[in-house]
Amino acid sequence: MSQRAIVTESRFARGLLIGSALAFLGFFLLLPLVAVFSEALKQGVGTFWDAVKEPDALASIRLTLLIAAISVPLNVVFGIAASWAITKYSFRGKSLLITLIDLPFSVSPVVSGLIFVLLFGAHGWLGPWLSAHDVKIIFAVPGIILATVFITFPFVARELIPLMMEQGKDDEEAAVSLGANGWQTFWHVTLPNIRWGLLYGVLLCNARAMGEFGAVSVVSGHIRGLTNTMPLHVEILYNEYDFVGAFAVASLLAVLALVTLVAKSVLEWRFDYHHGGAGH
Amino acid sequence: MITVQNISKRFGDYPALHNINLTIEPGEFIALLGPSGSGKTTLMRIIAGLEFQDSGHVLFDGEDVSTRKVAERGVGFVFQHYALFKHMTVAENVAFGLSVRKRKDRPSKIDIKARAEELLGLVQLGGLGNRYPAQLSGGQRQRVALARALAVEPQLLLLDEPFGALDAKVRKDLRRWLRGLHEQMGLTSIFVTHDQEEALELADRIVVMDHGVIEQVGTAEQVYMEPASPFVSDFVGEINRVDVTVTNGLIRLNDRQLDIAANGYADGPAQLHFRPHDVELAGADAGGLPIIVSNLFRKGGKWRVEGQCGTLDRVIEIDLDATDTPPHVGAELVVRPTKSRIFHTTGR
Repeated sequence: MSQRAIVTESRFARGLLIGSALAFLGFFLLLPLVAVFSEALKQGVGTFWDAVKEPDALASIRLTLLIAAISVPLNVVFGIAASWAITKYSFRGKSLLITLIDLPFSVSPVVSGLIFVLLFGAHGWLGPWLSAHDVKIIFAVPGIILATVFITFPFVARELIPLMMEQGKDDEEAAVSLGANGWQTFWHVTLPNIRWGLLYGVLLCNARAMGEFGAVSVVSGHIRGLTNTMPLHVEILYNEYDFVGAFAVASLLAVLALVTLVAKSVLEWRFDYHHGGAGH
Repeated sequence: MITVQNISKRFGDYPALHNINLTIEPGEFIALLGPSGSGKTTLMRIIAGLEFQDSGHVLFDGEDVSTRKVAERGVGFVFQHYALFKHMTVAENVAFGLSVRKRKDRPSKIDIKARAEELLGLVQLGGLGNRYPAQLSGGQRQRVALARALAVEPQLLLLDEPFGALDAKVRKDLRRWLRGLHEQMGLTSIFVTHDQEEALELADRIVVMDHGVIEQVGTAEQVYMEPASPFVSDFVGEINRVDVTVTNGLIRLNDRQLDIAANGYADGPAQLHFRPHDVELAGADAGGLPIIVSNLFRKGGKWRVEGQCGTLDRVIEIDLDATDTPPHVGAELVVRPTKSRIFHTTGR
């Protein structure tokens, strides 16, 4: 209760601040969320299910899950490898690498998509070679995966680098001095030390992998039932004035976002508890 | 026997070690003593195989182990902050070195468990095997780290600032206990410390380091009584340093002739070193250092007197018997060192 004493604002000012914050959150965050679900269910649950079960919608759901199932594990591996290299070794060009990791965050997703079109597209650098060998990347699933991996790369690495930096390499050196090989050191010592941070990074990475629009839109080619992910499918349905369909698929994405948020809160609670409880 | 030959190491532009030579006999308890940045930890990590030298060799019993990794050198390493595995129980921590062995060298689960329990008994932590490191005190964690390092039966035990993170009382108990354990197990041990008291009390021999070179290697007695350099004299034990001039085998402090023989010393500027307890009070006309008492306090069984000597900017510290009547602040005393060393002032 000692906190009340040091708050200097008047009751009115406090009320105004809290009120405006809540109003802002309600208008910009809660209202759209409610709107998505109410639009989706406007014509009843039956119509909602029909929209979700529609073959193209199902195809987009399958594709989105496939993209996430491939790109998230890839970025877990890349993220751990990059964080390991950056925090456990010193080498030339390290700061450049740290900057590069942030590139997908700082570049517009549309540009990220265009990079791959430039590289692998029909008129791109590798395009002629690829078409000669009958390999399709742009306007096909591989391109979508590439773009998604690129966009979601920083999530795991950004989560792990500060964590591993703080932990130093004493634990690893201790394990190695006791005779553990590289894999044993990673599995028994490093991974348990970073598991909560890693899980958190995976969650964010997954959310973005399923929700990415810009970069994927550029490389996908919008082929219905083939290269449309859920966000792209939502846009197409919306543009065709199929509001129920659009909002039905959108509501699935929203549910995913909510699940991610809840899992994230649980993890943060767990993470803090773990850190605080360790007595450091 | 451990032999370190011509070891040099740089970190970028920073020379961490320069041409280090050192021999350690089996069963010795060695202290690497020096201020931070002296290279003592780097030297120990190179001996362990956690760091690799730019040039030179490390030999274990005459065999060059320079290119061997830490696991192949048979050393136990105790880290400054213990580096215990937080998510493992104490017993799992101790057993780690045995559990990660290749299948053919690995004892059975029951044997590993028994060995861990035995080691925990050895470090007086029997019955605490199921706790987690976070549930232990600093001193207990230190002993778990030690038991874990001993589990792989190392020939050589290396300890990085082993008592650095502990409070004074625990530190003293643990020191004595560690010394006992070292003898009991017949280990060769090296520990790094910046605390000269710890080094003097524990080690068979002390390696005093500064700026990446070894200044002196010797027993506590040798290092304390016959410091080989002004640095050692200053770093090990308390010392008063006074800038003087040597002329014709005589020492002058400004205009005052001191009653200290400097036979065989070349003329020129020099530094006179003497310990606070190696002094006596003399008459005003005797060749001593005149000081004005600026502070006085009891230090153990002695009076510690701090005084200002003329225009010298350093305070002179002396110890007087507590049985004597102490001088009062502001009193003028003449202090004559009974034992002192003279070092020529070099360009350094």
